[in-house]
Amino acid sequence: MYNKKTIIPGLIIFVLFVTFPVWFNGLDAGPVPKPEMPQGGQKECVLPADEMRASHMQLLNEWRDDVLRDGGRDVVTVAGKEYRKGLQMACMECHTSQEKFCDTCHIYASVKPYCWDCHITPEAATKKKETR
Amino acid sequence: MKYAFSFLAVIALILIAWLGSQIPGMEYLFGVAIPYLAILVFLGGFVYRVMQWAKSPVPFPIQTTCGQGKSLDFIKRDKLDCPNTNSEVIARMFLEIFAFRSLFRNTKSELHEGPKITYESSKWLWLFALIFHYSFLVIVLRHMRLFTNPVPGWIQAIELGDAMLQIGAPTLYLTNIGLVLGVVLLFGRRLTNPHVRFISLVNDYFPLVLILGIAITGILMRYFLRTDIDIVNIKALLVGLATLQPVISAEIGAIFYIHIFLVSVLLAYFPFSKLMHLGGVFMSPTRNMKNNTRAVRHINPWNDPNIKPHSYAGYEDEFREYMVDAGIPVEKELPPKKDEA
Repeated sequence: MYNKKTIIPGLIIFVLFVTFPVWFNGLDAGPVPKPEMPQGGQKECVLPADEMRASHMQLLNEWRDDVLRDGGRDVVTVAGKEYRKGLQMACMECHTSQEKFCDTCHIYASVKPYCWDCHITPEAATKKKETR
Repeated sequence: MKYAFSFLAVIALILIAWLGSQIPGMEYLFGVAIPYLAILVFLGGFVYRVMQWAKSPVPFPIQTTCGQGKSLDFIKRDKLDCPNTNSEVIARMFLEIFAFRSLFRNTKSELHEGPKITYESSKWLWLFALIFHYSFLVIVLRHMRLFTNPVPGWIQAIELGDAMLQIGAPTLYLTNIGLVLGVVLLFGRRLTNPHVRFISLVNDYFPLVLILGIAITGILMRYFLRTDIDIVNIKALLVGLATLQPVISAEIGAIFYIHIFLVSVLLAYFPFSKLMHLGGVFMSPTRNMKNNTRAVRHINPWNDPNIKPHSYAGYEDEFREYMVDAGIPVEKELPPKKDEA
């Protein structure tokens, strides 16, 4: 074998690069997120749970476009229950905590939704009122 | 025909993964066994190929010289295109690997009326290759968010930059467009340029089609076919793979298994195909050797130490009599014969 002094370190760097997740995690998968269920014991949502898990972001985007761009503030009725279109007005009525619900999965999957560029959580809203 | 075969092969692979993953119990084959096998073949094959190359001697200094070499002091020399020192070689390799400099000087010969031949610089290959390779790199790096827990900041930063346009939900990645665009342009180049089309083989088309398949299944999974695509379940499986304790605890949509199967095929195919240019670009003696043959003698590693140099003087000593007989001029005449004296 020729040029051992450059080729062997090069190969070692390559293998370390490819196996990055293995040694970075250190064989520890870490906890799987457990988002907090609604405190009020509500079981129903606008869609079944697995559909919400997979495509809630698309639903929220549609609602945002309807409400803010088209002025369509009509109410969504599912199984006789009425929901207003909105993150704070509908979702966070039951899922009250951003940290305990939204962020658990979003941090795990490294997703950074820009909801919070405009929205504030109910907790933050009450805090703001108190300080005024 | 050759590209049609590539499409058929990729469609067959997609069908295998699609139908196969629907059979109960087969999720572990497509989600765990095949990916593990593929990464082992990839790493083992890659190291094997590089070692094979490393065992091949380089008998001659064969750098491509693209400029004036080091000569007399008053002659201006080209440090990058005719490197004379290690640091100049490193600079040349750096630009080759990160900026594809040799593709930048790709020339295209054209026959005009006259007949007159022209060699024009054709930058398309360079541009398409840059779009393709950098998109692919960013995509590979940002996929690491699915394999690491917690996700390191630099991966989050790459992902945030890639999604900076904030289009739609989930947000559109720029590199999704870049990769598909790059593959389509490179593929189109092979079809439309008659010279390149003539020399293109199945093993040129197949990787492009396979990568296009991977890109399209990934895009479909992220934006369109979201049934049972819950990122938390998928990440739990992938982190499990990376920590050697894989579990599939929930149903994951078939598009995921198709995507991961195509990636596995790409990984396993990689070391035995033209894709090995990933390692080969570092190993190419035409780029990584110094052009200092006027200063340093390159010793051929094949040289048999028992074969001694044979100078002309030695050669004449050996054959002088025959040379004189044949009337060939010699530098040193035969010694006068004693009998004649």
